[in-house]
Amino acid sequence: MNTALPPLLADNPRLDQWVAFPEPGRVRVSTGRVEIGQGVLTAMQQIAAEELDVSPERIRLQTGDTDLTPNEGYTAGSQSIQFGGVALRLACAEVRGLFLDHAASAFGYARADLGMRDGAIIHRGASTGHDYWSLASAIDLARHASGRAPIKPASEHQIVGRSAKRVDLAAKVFGGPAFVHDMAMDGMVHARIVRQPRRGATIKAIDEAAIRRAAKAPIELLRDGNFLAILGMDETTVEAVAAVAPGHVAWDGVDPINPAQEEARWLLQQPSLDRVVGAPPGDAAPAARRCEASYTRMHIAHASVAPSCAMALYRDGHLEVWSHTQGVYPLKAALARTLKLDPAAISVRHVQGPGCYGHNGADDAAADAAVLAVRKPGIPVRVRWRREEEFGFEPVSPAMVTTVHATLDAAGRPADWTTEIWSGRHSSRPGGGGNLLAAEALPDPPPAPPPTESSNAPGAGTRNGEPLYDFPAKRIHHHLIAETPVRTSSLRGLGATLNVFAIESFMDELALEAGEDPVAYRLSVLADKRARAVVERVARMSGWRPGVPGGTGSGRGIAFARYKNLAAYAAVVAEVEVEESVRVTRVWCASDAGLVISPDGAINQLEGGIVQAVSWALKEGVRLDTAGISSRDWESYPVIKFSEVPEIACELVGAVSDNPPLGIGEASGGPTVAAIGNAVAHALGARLRDLPLTRERVMAALLKA
Amino acid sequence: MPATSLIVNGNPVSVAADPDTPLLDVLRNHLGLVGTRFGCGAEQCGSCTVLVDGEPEKSCGKALSSVAGKAVVTIEGMGTPDKPHPLQQAFLDEQAGQCGYCLSGILISAKALLDRNPSPSRGQIAAALDDNICRCGSHPRILRAIERAALLMREGAAR
Repeated sequence: MNTALPPLLADNPRLDQWVAFPEPGRVRVSTGRVEIGQGVLTAMQQIAAEELDVSPERIRLQTGDTDLTPNEGYTAGSQSIQFGGVALRLACAEVRGLFLDHAASAFGYARADLGMRDGAIIHRGASTGHDYWSLASAIDLARHASGRAPIKPASEHQIVGRSAKRVDLAAKVFGGPAFVHDMAMDGMVHARIVRQPRRGATIKAIDEAAIRRAAKAPIELLRDGNFLAILGMDETTVEAVAAVAPGHVAWDGVDPINPAQEEARWLLQQPSLDRVVGAPPGDAAPAARRCEASYTRMHIAHASVAPSCAMALYRDGHLEVWSHTQGVYPLKAALARTLKLDPAAISVRHVQGPGCYGHNGADDAAADAAVLAVRKPGIPVRVRWRREEEFGFEPVSPAMVTTVHATLDAAGRPADWTTEIWSGRHSSRPGGGGNLLAAEALPDPPPAPPPTESSNAPGAGTRNGEPLYDFPAKRIHHHLIAETPVRTSSLRGLGATLNVFAIESFMDELALEAGEDPVAYRLSVLADKRARAVVERVARMSGWRPGVPGGTGSGRGIAFARYKNLAAYAAVVAEVEVEESVRVTRVWCASDAGLVISPDGAINQLEGGIVQAVSWALKEGVRLDTAGISSRDWESYPVIKFSEVPEIACELVGAVSDNPPLGIGEASGGPTVAAIGNAVAHALGARLRDLPLTRERVMAALLKA
Repeated sequence: MPATSLIVNGNPVSVAADPDTPLLDVLRNHLGLVGTRFGCGAEQCGSCTVLVDGEPEKSCGKALSSVAGKAVVTIEGMGTPDKPHPLQQAFLDEQAGQCGYCLSGILISAKALLDRNPSPSRGQIAAALDDNICRCGSHPRILRAIERAALLMREGAAR
């Protein structure tokens, strides 16, 4: 590995893995990043067009295909632009440079006099008659990147930094076949799965006659071990049968779970893997004042607007899978293990799905389709999960408890800070065959994935557990809970959502105790200039006024975080009205994401994060009964409605700069939840520390106050 | 199999399918109109909203027999890239979408609103969309786009 290269270019060092000139006037640009609603394809096109000096229309993007695109792992963690885009940028800059070098040496131009204009090589501004396409055969891009090509400074950008229209939006606005759900293939069969209620459950009996009675058209029941599927040519029939089939299958090995585990405090009594990262144990002076507070949230569902879907076809010994997975390469590896196939015999191709916001059912649905396809050679198999299946069986974001302990100095500032975190795993994506529902149901299931998760930055459950504030000693105490009642994995923000809520709530509580304004209090312990700039900007945007009395039923709150302490900075002010329930009326956000590729695309991400966070803060929590997740529809798992969406204003700070791009997709969520919590405390004169901030919790807090 | 006749996007069609088949399945699987999306199958999310005789209806919950002889309008019938409906143009202008899965149903609900109320307030637009779930949080843009479309349509009507 060439350590001089940025990570993703080091992993995929050949330039022709990124850029090619296959036909006159066209550029093929490959990215391992996939579109999950975040606009990444548009941004990648801008990056490539800018650095290659071609118009964006010339670019054909190839995305997320194990036969065709670089292996960039998962499209996750707000890393697409910060890492994937930076790798692509460098590759494109080098390709451009190679063509100019070649033109200089082959045709006797001074290299410094050459430039590129929409793919044509120009000499002192005049045409040379040469371009990418005329010289493509002379330049072998099957070579390793050096990583030394200079990239353009922001001051020269023509395409990057300007809002671009989304390349994928028209198909969606005009109702085209935009999603994997819309794929159709000749001879395709539709399939649904009768899900194993949980890992290790075994089929005791199947009332096949009862299942078949629900079928108005021919169906096939396919069973292998505890994997049971319904297949048929008529989707309506297959769906109707699937709706009743679970009632006609009896299972062994399904111990009831404790529904009280839907609230997070049960975590405190569980066995855990404990780690401490950060400063050594505090040695507080005897006179110091100690304080602490504890914050919780329930499990949260991804609640993608449609259930997961996949298509698979196995023919001539090769398996093709079409999926809205976030990682075509890791899925391919997991499928190879599950199906005991040579990885070379599998191709996984990304096709868009509904926004996922993390690890939902996409990979599991792909595995379902793949398992069936290899048992039905030559027949395309389409699996579309049922809505209740997505809610009931996707991995949810774990319930969490975060307790903040601080020792205060004489001025009421933390001298010693501990963020103590109890959480199940935030990361259990399918690896070498583990954590795919189909794999667990087939004979010879893989062992349960070990309960491992790094506590170190940027962390998962511990994400943003370390405040960015300048406290003399900071540490994280991580309790990783091995056994959770339901399967858990990553959701936008991971642990940062609750950790930021806890830290920023506690900061407000400390400011109140010190008798200081929350904005001024934060700035007094925040040296990072970019952090200060977003806090100051959002205060200005919102017309923040210190000393507005609380307890009046309306309130404002501020919160700040830098996502993962290494991605975009975001500060948020929320305004709420609280009667019996909370209404968020306005939200302001200022964010510094370094160089921004498409300002409108970045703001769309900030806005989306804010709306989703309002929903998390006010409404969301997965409900459990003894059988597992019981909130399996939109009534029992309500999310924000149009009439509940606040007015939102977002501004980018320092967007035209030579600061490297920073991931922005998850930046606004944690600060929004926390700002709402602080606004509610301001409005009520009482602090709510358990999410979501429902009517019941508001009433309880008022009674207590 | 008995055939059911209806009008889809202005064209008479005859569908030989079980009369209990959900309209959504008829559109997607029998007529190849995949722009109407499946979201929940329980009339809770609005992704599959179509117009039936001008009224917004969740097509997942409408049996084929219930739309016999009626006029159904889907997203494909609203406009095309060459001839977009003002709502579609406004959604592109405002970049109103992220994953876009919910947009077909939202555009149809918005059309139903503007067809009966050319000058809705922001609150009326939001209320008309409360049966449509958007999970990405594109709501602010969607609301802006519908206001923009309403303006475009009023200006068009005034000319």
